[in-house]
Amino acid sequence: MKFVDEFRDPRLIKQASDEIRRLVDPSRHYRIMEVCGGHTHAIYRFALADLLPPNIELVHGPGCPVCVLPMGRIDEGLSLVERHQVIFTTFGDVMRVPGRHGSPLEHQARGAQIRMVYSPLDALKLAQEHPDRQVVFFAIGFETTAPSTALTVRRARELGISNFSVFSNHVTIVPAIRAILDSPDMRLDAFIGPGHVSTVIGARPYGFIAQDYRKPVVIAGFEPVDLLQSIVMILRQLRDGRSVVENQYNRTVPWDGNLPALRALADVFELRPYFEWRGLGFISQSALKLRPEYAMWDAEARFEVPGIAVTDPKAAQCGEVLKGVLKPHQCKLFARECTPELPVGALMVSSEGACAAYFNYVHRRAGAAAS
Amino acid sequence: MATLTVPGTPTFRDAQIDMAHGAGGKASRRLVEGLIVPHLMPKAIGETLNDAAYLSAGGTGLALTTDSFVVRPLRFPGGSIGDLAVNGTVNDLAVAGAAPLALLCSLIIEAGMPTEILKAEVAAMGAAAERAGVRIVGGDTKVVEHGKADGLYIATTGIGHVDSRATLSARSVRPGDRILVTGCIGDHGITVLLARGDIDLAASLKSDTRSVYPFANALIEDVGPDLRWMRDPTRGGVATTLNELARDCELGIILEEEAVPVRDEVRGACELLGLDPLHIANEGQLVAIVSADASEKALAALRRVPGGESAAIVGRLEPSPRRTVIAVASYGGTRVVDMLVGDPLPRIC
Repeated sequence: MKFVDEFRDPRLIKQASDEIRRLVDPSRHYRIMEVCGGHTHAIYRFALADLLPPNIELVHGPGCPVCVLPMGRIDEGLSLVERHQVIFTTFGDVMRVPGRHGSPLEHQARGAQIRMVYSPLDALKLAQEHPDRQVVFFAIGFETTAPSTALTVRRARELGISNFSVFSNHVTIVPAIRAILDSPDMRLDAFIGPGHVSTVIGARPYGFIAQDYRKPVVIAGFEPVDLLQSIVMILRQLRDGRSVVENQYNRTVPWDGNLPALRALADVFELRPYFEWRGLGFISQSALKLRPEYAMWDAEARFEVPGIAVTDPKAAQCGEVLKGVLKPHQCKLFARECTPELPVGALMVSSEGACAAYFNYVHRRAGAAAS
Repeated sequence: MATLTVPGTPTFRDAQIDMAHGAGGKASRRLVEGLIVPHLMPKAIGETLNDAAYLSAGGTGLALTTDSFVVRPLRFPGGSIGDLAVNGTVNDLAVAGAAPLALLCSLIIEAGMPTEILKAEVAAMGAAAERAGVRIVGGDTKVVEHGKADGLYIATTGIGHVDSRATLSARSVRPGDRILVTGCIGDHGITVLLARGDIDLAASLKSDTRSVYPFANALIEDVGPDLRWMRDPTRGGVATTLNELARDCELGIILEEEAVPVRDEVRGACELLGLDPLHIANEGQLVAIVSADASEKALAALRRVPGGESAAIVGRLEPSPRRTVIAVASYGGTRVVDMLVGDPLPRIC
């Protein structure tokens, strides 16, 4: 088992796509949301839409952490470099996200102390190597990456490292899904549940989608066979008039989640009363901040953070795309002012962003075919 | 949409130079074609740029090329900056259809560099030159203040004798021609990424840095005029090299994803980091375009060269989609393979 090749097996892919064709009701239009940006990327990368009947529409959800981050947070994080001469560390995903005065990568080129790290522990190591400097880790991600931040903060406390702190932008997936379900312009039939987030939170938290909103949820892996199989499972539920949470990604996702990771989250973080999401607006209880007992490692408590509110460029329709109301190419800026090279919104930056995925894998193909 | 599909000279409007301008992808192309060429080589605006310039002296065809080398760390499994500085320039001559004759080298050294390290790099250059069968005939040395250079920068300039049997040009590429690579791709880029120590992954990988002249020569010897075009896919990887070709020959390129040789370690690291092996740098591979009829003979020629055992035919040229590289997976799914935008950044969250 390599856990990749088997899930790209042409024979299994064909079987699953044949089964989908057998299951669809031709008189019906299906709108299925893949919540996770990793799924969006995989759907485009593997051209899975080519394998689906035309009446199955995949709607891209909000599960791309850098896409939902308001530009003001990037500016606030970068302001710490200018105002407090900190060393700013973050994941590669954030490096190209535009702030008001450029992305972290552009700030770095101008000489700012900005380092890309692969793990928050690397940021902590940097703090140990530079005891005379403050090192800030610009933390981002859903429950997927939040446990590693939590464990790093605990490690900092154990080692008594005082020149390290976290600027937390961690968000939680369930309130975002609820916001989408409650949105008046949303008509969805089912959800492909996020894969990586669920390795931490498990399948249980999605129960309300099936029970209260009567929509099927199938947690899926990231390979072609995973995604097609999850669509088969969704279509069977819809055919039978059922709505339950099912776990296609059970080789990785335990039903109850990862308990040590959840305990670390509960120990280090608490819910913010509200947090702003790009496109979705303010959502209550949707983001994580460090608990007061960890205030020493909380960059927002240690440093004065200006509270920069930056509205997205007016013409950009990132919000509508994030909610699945518009397809990427329906945005007025798509492929004109906004391209992966000169992005206006973060959805065009991250490989998990719907716009970047659509641009790279669909738009260019269409452009090439037309020329 | 028009700006994407109509070839032409890009203009350089960026307010400052960022790291992406040096990463070998689209931004690098904009800088070279939009700012440097118009000032230094105005007659070459809109023309295809090669890895080497062709000159003629007394009836002898010569190829001239230069390259500079900036790498952190200076040493990595399988090689060092000294190896790259020799092999990189030798390879630019080789893919231009030239037998490397001589190199000049410039060293820019940061004050404070331990002599032992400098000695090791100079020795590495000497050994690489000997392996590649090229003489280093002169050079220059500068020392800059501590903190002004990453230890050592090396620039090398090479001259080679153009093989009159080689008729290489993107314009000679035809639909139906085959794409060959000399071996596993992505080894160098992933090795250096891991050797930097920023990413806590271990893999038994080493850089593929080597002279590709034996491969280029074998192709010229064995298939002669059926060899249309060659490149060494360094920064930006095979994807960038093939996109440049697609643009220059105005044809479509179809890659058979499964046929591209990639080591499990490289594929695993790429899966984990959200990178595409096609975007990762190589320092000892060759991408060659050969007519369909001669492709098996060319493959045999590459495989006979020591170190060419895993050479493969990985795709073909098609009339459409023009100026586009498409990768086809075994189950029939297709994706557009674009040039790299900026440096490859690992994905985590």
